[in-house]
Amino acid sequence: MNLPVFYEKRDIVTPGDLLADDDYETGENTYKEDGKIYATRVGLVEYEGHRVFVVALKAFYVPSVGDMVIGKIIELGLGSWLVDIGAPYPGVLRASDVFNRPFRPQRDDMPHVLDVGDMVKAKIVAYDRTRAPLLTVREPDLGKIERGQIVEVTPTKIPRIIGRKGSMITMLKQETNCQITVGQNGVVHVRGRSPEDEQLAVIAIHKIEEEAHTSGLTDRVTQMVRKEKGGVVNVSKEA
Amino acid sequence: MSQKKPEKLIDKDGVRLDGRGFNELRPTKIEVGVLANADGSAYIEQGKNKILAAVYGPKEAHPKHLAMPDRALLRCRYHMAPFSVEERKSPAPSRRDIELSKVITEALEPAVFVEYYPRTSIDTFIEILQADGGTRCASITVASLALADAGIPMRGLVAACAAGKVEGRLVLDLTDVEDKEGEADLPLAWMPNLNAITLLQMDGSLTIDEFEQAVNMAVEGCKQVSELQKETLKAKYVAVKEEVEE
Repeated sequence: MNLPVFYEKRDIVTPGDLLADDDYETGENTYKEDGKIYATRVGLVEYEGHRVFVVALKAFYVPSVGDMVIGKIIELGLGSWLVDIGAPYPGVLRASDVFNRPFRPQRDDMPHVLDVGDMVKAKIVAYDRTRAPLLTVREPDLGKIERGQIVEVTPTKIPRIIGRKGSMITMLKQETNCQITVGQNGVVHVRGRSPEDEQLAVIAIHKIEEEAHTSGLTDRVTQMVRKEKGGVVNVSKEA
Repeated sequence: MSQKKPEKLIDKDGVRLDGRGFNELRPTKIEVGVLANADGSAYIEQGKNKILAAVYGPKEAHPKHLAMPDRALLRCRYHMAPFSVEERKSPAPSRRDIELSKVITEALEPAVFVEYYPRTSIDTFIEILQADGGTRCASITVASLALADAGIPMRGLVAACAAGKVEGRLVLDLTDVEDKEGEADLPLAWMPNLNAITLLQMDGSLTIDEFEQAVNMAVEGCKQVSELQKETLKAKYVAVKEEVEE
């Protein structure tokens, strides 16, 4: 069955653009009023069966339980840290979680373990809109980031950096010899053997972010990385 | 910007001081994403008006007692730079600045899904770099683009435009002189998709008939502004797409 639509698939739409009539269901970044479906964000429109949704080109991170995020410590509280995870609400990381035993205020030196400005990898264990998201570092590969580089991108472009079944990220790791961790909140941690390797990965990630809404991206990025690797590494390219 | 009152604001052929017809907008140029440090931003030049808007948020509301348990707090700050007008304006917020901040907030709030992000605040800063009449309308136009650029979910963009009466004729998009010397000024903000008016003010006097005509005229102006807004928002991404996919 062909339902009437107002745009081609993957067209760019702006907030308030009429996407479809009543016979569709509203998906992400859309809303229904008076039987008509409109976009709420700038993005690419998609029609899938009876559902219409918009893949946003720019959005902020909204926490979701189970997400791995990378954040920065912004405040030390009594028995907990506040972590900026790029969401509307700061994350809470409990001291008892970090020490893995009950917190003893007289003996435990919190700033010694994690201080303001430190970057941490954490997982969201609880979140609803009435309370701040609760974080944990009690899993392998989580905790304080000791070295490497941090790249921030719009969270909606994270799927593009990972690629279909991880194709993009696998390619990037291979080509640049870097360990790359992608936080769902749009923060990427790059760790390589040399600063040049890291720089190359950073440039590639910026390119992916900028051209996320175009097709044939993995091939173009592969080409770019290979070219940069062959020649002189242009460190100054990154503003 | 000479502020001497000219002999006539509209000549006998219906041409205005700046060469426009009675229902023409001033030449308008808009850009989005002009500031790297704000979450969203936009810049507009409408005639001699130059206005910059920046958006931060949604983020934790400060001071905390202003946070609302069921929705986000939308705050707008309209501010005129000291050099924006002919006589230096004190940078402290004037009575007028505070009033305009309030009406702009109220014109934008119906467009934003504030109920999605309880306990947070969305802060919009509107800086008038150069003023030549109709800044509240241009501010609404540019602030709604900055909100969209920040990725804040919206029911639609808000476009704004003024109509008024100058030397007995109804005209669109008044300049500063036309506003001051004319008989009436009627700023209006409009949401194209919902056909909703979010701001309607008037000073001066109009008959009921003239008022109706002026409202329709302003809505027509808003339509043009809204087309321009959409083009601007898309332009940034279309350019990248064309560049790499040719």
